[in-house]
Amino acid sequence: MSLPKRILKETERLLADSPPGITAAPKDDNLRHFDVTVAGPDSSPYQGGVFKLELFLPEEYPMNPPKVRFLTKVYHPNIDKLGRICLDILKDKWSPALQIRTVLLSIQALLGAPNPDDPLANDVAQHWKDDEKDAIAEAKRWTQQYAQ
Amino acid sequence: MSSDGEDYYYEDDYDEGSMDQDSPVSEGMSEPDIVYDVMSPTADEPAPKKPYDVSYKVRTLQEIINMQSKEVRKIQTLLEMPASTATILLRHYQWNSEKLQEQFWNDPAAALLSAGLSPPVSPSTRTGPLPPSPSLLISPRRPTRSSHNPALSPVKRSRAPQPSGPFECPVCCMEFAKEDVVKETFALGCRHRFCRGCWAEYLTGKIRSEGESSRIQCMESGCERIVREEIIDELVPAGVSKRYHNLLNMAFVADAPNLRWCPHPDCEYIIECTQAPPRMLNQLVPTVECNCGRQLCFGCGYLSSHRPVLCKIVRLWERKCADDSETANWLQANTKECSKCQSTIEKNGGCNHMTCKKCKYEFCWVCMGPWSEHGTSWYQCNRFDEKSGVNARDAQAKSRASLERYLHYFNRWANHEHSAKLDAEFYKNTEKKMEQMQNSGNLSWIEVQFAKQAVETVIKARITLKWSYCMAFYLKRNNMTELFEDNQRDLERAVENLGFALEQNIEPDSIAQLRQDITNQTAYVQKRHEILMDDTLKGYLERRWDFSVDI
Repeated sequence: MSLPKRILKETERLLADSPPGITAAPKDDNLRHFDVTVAGPDSSPYQGGVFKLELFLPEEYPMNPPKVRFLTKVYHPNIDKLGRICLDILKDKWSPALQIRTVLLSIQALLGAPNPDDPLANDVAQHWKDDEKDAIAEAKRWTQQYAQ
Repeated sequence: MSSDGEDYYYEDDYDEGSMDQDSPVSEGMSEPDIVYDVMSPTADEPAPKKPYDVSYKVRTLQEIINMQSKEVRKIQTLLEMPASTATILLRHYQWNSEKLQEQFWNDPAAALLSAGLSPPVSPSTRTGPLPPSPSLLISPRRPTRSSHNPALSPVKRSRAPQPSGPFECPVCCMEFAKEDVVKETFALGCRHRFCRGCWAEYLTGKIRSEGESSRIQCMESGCERIVREEIIDELVPAGVSKRYHNLLNMAFVADAPNLRWCPHPDCEYIIECTQAPPRMLNQLVPTVECNCGRQLCFGCGYLSSHRPVLCKIVRLWERKCADDSETANWLQANTKECSKCQSTIEKNGGCNHMTCKKCKYEFCWVCMGPWSEHGTSWYQCNRFDEKSGVNARDAQAKSRASLERYLHYFNRWANHEHSAKLDAEFYKNTEKKMEQMQNSGNLSWIEVQFAKQAVETVIKARITLKWSYCMAFYLKRNNMTELFEDNQRDLERAVENLGFALEQNIEPDSIAQLRQDITNQTAYVQKRHEILMDDTLKGYLERRWDFSVDI
């Protein structure tokens, strides 16, 4: 099955000129399935970590959002144990004018700006609210342990 | 003031002259065509209005559409704006035109903005394909006010500049030659241009999969500009457009507190009633009859009359029945409660020496007294009258009593429903018989109608009786309740007698007598029915009923 022009163009551009700290490349056997890495943003507990994600473009893309999931364990209030991400543009705020590139940049920004008030992982969010310092230390430990 | 808001008026890539002036829903439908008095009293029901009855009208879909255009025209004139702008504002304010006017006069710009009538933002500066838009990360870009941009003022006259060169749709990446841009692509007043194919796919997805209607926004991320009706109609296939308009009408009815769809399947009428707002539902049971011939409750949308019971009590009762009734029946038949902690216990084998799993209390299943007093007479209880055994049984009796009380009312409630169904079935047979008699004998059509009328009376009365048991369950015991139960009993007796008479074999020689008897009894049931209904419903207005739950 041939890929829509949109996906070909996006892929081409991602490979030629990826945003800083981000790589994304389609798998050989399925060009809608991307291996992604995102570097933890500076001055965040995730700094120095490299996080692996998978990204899948469903049949309806770009009318429906891509499916994205962390493969690396992350200690973050908006990312759960299974790596699922709570991000508005991946759900109701999706617009067909958004792209893989913008989605990944948003995810990187989410790492730099956790939002414990809209949690996906409740225990982590609670930790964040109760003792932010300790939660950040935990996030750093996880980054050291899993994201190298 | 309005000149301030002018900059925000709708301005899409279209020939506006025709579109903004003509409201899409108002075209051609002149009001004299509509018969508003649909609910003219029928010949056999000239009943004068009771204090507990509500007046209502049954509306057609077309009338609902006309109501919307009327509101739109009103706002259009009052606020001096194009119909499409007025429509979008009204939908945003859920057709509450007072609130809309208040907010609009307070701050026209803010009112328009919040309704998705964002001011035009600068034309998209897409030079290359798929430009990254870092400003879209996480927080969507808010359209900035650009009312002083001379290029956009006055907005009504300005045109979105057509792209000067070939155009690549940012969504599908297809390229369009310069001369095809106008034909093949489209941008709202916000200037976010996409090809028509992508627009159609996007809008269809919103309508078909997400069921959205009045809040469909521009395809650009973070752009809150609402796509207006005419545009959607033009861009999507006819089937989708039809669905879209259905959704709009559904939203209108759902937003209007004085409107309710007839809940019966395949019925497209809408009931309009201004006398039964939610706050009145603690003293009114607004039963109405749709033009489809079926009854419903305007207050809660219940599929038939639930008079004389208040909507809230019906809801409590239904929930209770859904949770409890079958379980309660089984508990009643198969279990006892632990005398100490009242846990429900099923004995499914073994001896009578029971140990409660929860509180470890040891007792005798036969006398329910503590096992410690059983001494050595194990496995054989002959101590029925010992004091502790009696106490234990008393405690148990109390918890049983509430269950039994519920079952008492539930069984009667369910029975009447069941009987009403049986009556209806039974009548089908009677009807055949009647026809035969009419054909063979010398009875006229009018002379065999009495049975039909009797069955209808019985069924109606049974439905009321059914609900009267729900009512009684929630009533506190006092003199008023006793009066209610007297009325209930009288009606029940009358109904059962009539039901019995109806089941008699109809023979040609005895029919005159039977007819007389049934006709009399029917009249009596009707009267008793009327009395129960009248007394109960007036009781709400007089605040005579004392319920065990908060209404």
